[in-house]
Amino acid sequence: MLNLVLPLLIGVALLLAVIGAVRRIRLWRNGRPSPVALMAGLAAMPRRYLVDLHHVVGRDKYISNTHVATAGGFVLAAVLAILVHGLQLDSRILAWGLLLATAVMFCGAVFVARRRIDPPARLSKGPWMRLPKSLLAFASGFFLLTLPVAGLVPAQLGGMLVGLLLLALVIWGLGELFFGMTWGGPMKHAFAGALHLAFHRRPERFGGGRSTGLKPLNLDDSNAPLGVEKPADFTWNQLLGFDACVQCGRCEAMCPAFAAGQPLNPKKLIQDMVVGLAGGNDAAYAGSPYPGKAVGEHQGNPFSAIIAREGQGLVDAETLWSCTTCRACVEECPMMIEHVDAIVDMRRHLTLERGQTPNKGAEVIENLIATDNPNGFDPQSRMHWAADLALPVLAEVKRTDVLLWLGDGAFDMRNQRSLRALVKLLRAANVDFAVLGNEERDSGDVARRLGDEATFQSLAKRNIATLDQYSFRSIVTCDPHSFHVLKNEYGDLGGQYVVYHHTTYLNQLRQVGKLQFSQYKGGRVTYHDPCYLGRYNGEYQAPRDLLAAAGVTVVEMERSGFRSRCCGGGGGAPITDIPGQQRIPDMRMADIRETGADLVAVGCPQCTAMLEGVVEPRAEVLDIAEILANALQESEVHS
Amino acid sequence: MLPDSTARIAVLLSVGQHPLTARPRRADQDARALELALQLPGVEVLPVHAGELNDQNETALRSYLGMGASALKLLPAAEGEDVLPLLQQGLRDLQPDLVLCGKRAEHGESSGLMPYLLAQSLGWPVISGLVEIERLEAGHATVLQALPRGQRRRLRVTLPAVLAMDDAAPAARQSAFGPARRGVLEVEQMVAVAEQGLANLNNLSVLNWQFQPARKRPKRLKIIKATSARDRFKAAAAKAESSGGQVLQGLTPDAAAETILKMLREEGVMNSTHGD
Ligand code: SF4
Ligand code: SF4
Repeated sequence: MLNLVLPLLIGVALLLAVIGAVRRIRLWRNGRPSPVALMAGLAAMPRRYLVDLHHVVGRDKYISNTHVATAGGFVLAAVLAILVHGLQLDSRILAWGLLLATAVMFCGAVFVARRRIDPPARLSKGPWMRLPKSLLAFASGFFLLTLPVAGLVPAQLGGMLVGLLLLALVIWGLGELFFGMTWGGPMKHAFAGALHLAFHRRPERFGGGRSTGLKPLNLDDSNAPLGVEKPADFTWNQLLGFDACVQCGRCEAMCPAFAAGQPLNPKKLIQDMVVGLAGGNDAAYAGSPYPGKAVGEHQGNPFSAIIAREGQGLVDAETLWSCTTCRACVEECPMMIEHVDAIVDMRRHLTLERGQTPNKGAEVIENLIATDNPNGFDPQSRMHWAADLALPVLAEVKRTDVLLWLGDGAFDMRNQRSLRALVKLLRAANVDFAVLGNEERDSGDVARRLGDEATFQSLAKRNIATLDQYSFRSIVTCDPHSFHVLKNEYGDLGGQYVVYHHTTYLNQLRQVGKLQFSQYKGGRVTYHDPCYLGRYNGEYQAPRDLLAAAGVTVVEMERSGFRSRCCGGGGGAPITDIPGQQRIPDMRMADIRETGADLVAVGCPQCTAMLEGVVEPRAEVLDIAEILANALQESEVHS
Repeated sequence: MLPDSTARIAVLLSVGQHPLTARPRRADQDARALELALQLPGVEVLPVHAGELNDQNETALRSYLGMGASALKLLPAAEGEDVLPLLQQGLRDLQPDLVLCGKRAEHGESSGLMPYLLAQSLGWPVISGLVEIERLEAGHATVLQALPRGQRRRLRVTLPAVLAMDDAAPAARQSAFGPARRGVLEVEQMVAVAEQGLANLNNLSVLNWQFQPARKRPKRLKIIKATSARDRFKAAAAKAESSGGQVLQGLTPDAAAETILKMLREEGVMNSTHGD
């Protein structure tokens, strides 16, 4: 009897899986076109999975080993089960292989089940609690059914009852693993995830690369939508990416806005996008909600607005405006989903189409348009801070080695101290440098992250035109936001430059012996990695090298390097200012306090401002340039 | 609301100028006028601009469209041309129930006379310092006018009327790029009146005026003789009581003028040799 039923069962399950796959693919194709190398992507997929994805998964050894056993065992078992039981190939070798595969899978599934006994808060419950049992059912069912085929037990062992029991196990397993894979069960992640890896919108990220610049909107095409209003406005591979989410909640655990109790949870956001692309409501979501927002009240479909103009939509606008674009979620996501792209896409619609940038957003954008700086200062006063420094200005000298990009910190009295320190260091190292002076404009960072692509492109194009007039070898800036935008985002608009963050550049000067520092004698020091320097640009080492050269032993915070917690200052978050339970900079200062540091070294004007905004008593906040400039002075005195 | 038809509200929109950078922008008071109009339920908003159309002005004009109006009627005028005849004719054609405008342009002559001249030429009443339109009925509107120190006066005005905005009116909403780009600038040539306007061209250039950024009017210093912090605070927060003023009623124009001149001389605003 089994010989008849099993092929039928497997055949039906496979057929349903194929139908489900076609339906799911059609949902993704509601998205806008996005050119990808289809064949090359598919060819690269196994490597992306085995190397790049496991590089991220491997940060949690428990689950990476578990996943290798379960997924590897399952893939092998599925293929062999189709051959042995579906096509009834009578081969001892295949049967033994299937036994082995199901056994490995069973072991893996046991570990999955163990993780689910008392799961951490970041994991989703619901159907995900069922998954380990389904895995066990599949593995054990096929293991037992294969024993006779392998010749280990007589074919007719056990009665009708045992046969039916085994069939039930197998039906359960096939239902979850074949049918559920394409019909929206937890196993969907395998199907969507594999294709997502193949057709990722940032293939540069694989093979150790980095791709963090936002993608430009084509503003010349007046028919192209300005950002994302409804799920179908995402590109098809973005929709596919959302579907790959395994609800592991690693993004949630890293998100500073979530921790601060602001109404954002990157995992929920991705799940809401899945609800939107498939249509329905979020009642079935079984993970942590957006802080302060009930689950089950939002709904959507591919063709209705994500942020409703009236009433409840799929997501509330304040969820989008809580994000600091710190990229901690993207960095941590094992499925390499691009949360920040999605958030900025939706913000673009709100700003460009609806004019709904909250709080100070509208004012900042208006200032950027009228005065080229976010606070509406007179652009002719950009150089007042350096009145006594006689800085060479490019309009006069025309060419220089290093173009010192000041950033809007030039208007800020606190940051002017860091700038003066940096100038002192450059002069000490005899660097040939010059500034744009009043010709410099805001880089466009904040406009872009507030969704105002038009103002970003306008600023960027005018900056590029200014830069085109002069000759310089590289740009150095102490502002990681300008650094990122100049380095990674001006390229799409025709501006290609060699750009260094000041710590990278100063470290090079130190390495060739142009800068020497006396040894630091103060108290404990810790270092705060700025998101736009670290996660966005991979520079973790130069600041630490410099501090070490000045005799500073950095006491690392628990969250440092690629896991550094945002100061709360990025992405226009201080401008949109969405309320939460606590403030992100306070949380970061608590991290700093834990190290017992009296001094926190930073490398970003925004971080300086946010951390100095924390009420005392707290650690002193100094830019690395300031620490080094102090050390420099002493060395001159001594020598 | 008007019972039979929806009220038609013309909003006069000029090209503004940013105080620091002198870049063209939506004029602040005009944008507040448009904001007020857009917030009135069930009215037809008719944005109007009289002036020159060039690339820079277009961006500024489109930023009004970015607030949500779908079209703007443009009465083309040459640079420096007197726009009053154009507006007068344009408004006659439009037949609005209300005209909203800023009280003073952000550049050019900036005399603040436009609302009055326009109302005079149309024969309509004019109200300045508008902050809110409370009610619109057939033939009447109830509005709030701003007075110093946050006081408001409720006025009932016969329609049609010209209403000039106060700086205290609600701030204009954000202008969005998409609607600004899609909005339509409907150019309407007014040949006949354009000639008249050109004939008035150009008082300014004839007079050979020089333009320079306006400076804030100096404030009279309050001399505070307080000895404690509490007194100083009270003095700072107190209403500037006008003292020694007189209310002049029922005077002949000559007598009134004489009184005003006398006061100006006393204050040293006018030289006594000039007066007569
Ligand atoms: S988005 Fe990524 S990190 Fe977040 S829950 Fe999904 S798979 Fe995990
Ligand atoms: S970018 Fe940062 S703030 Fe935004 S969702 Fe991701 S982790 Fe949260």
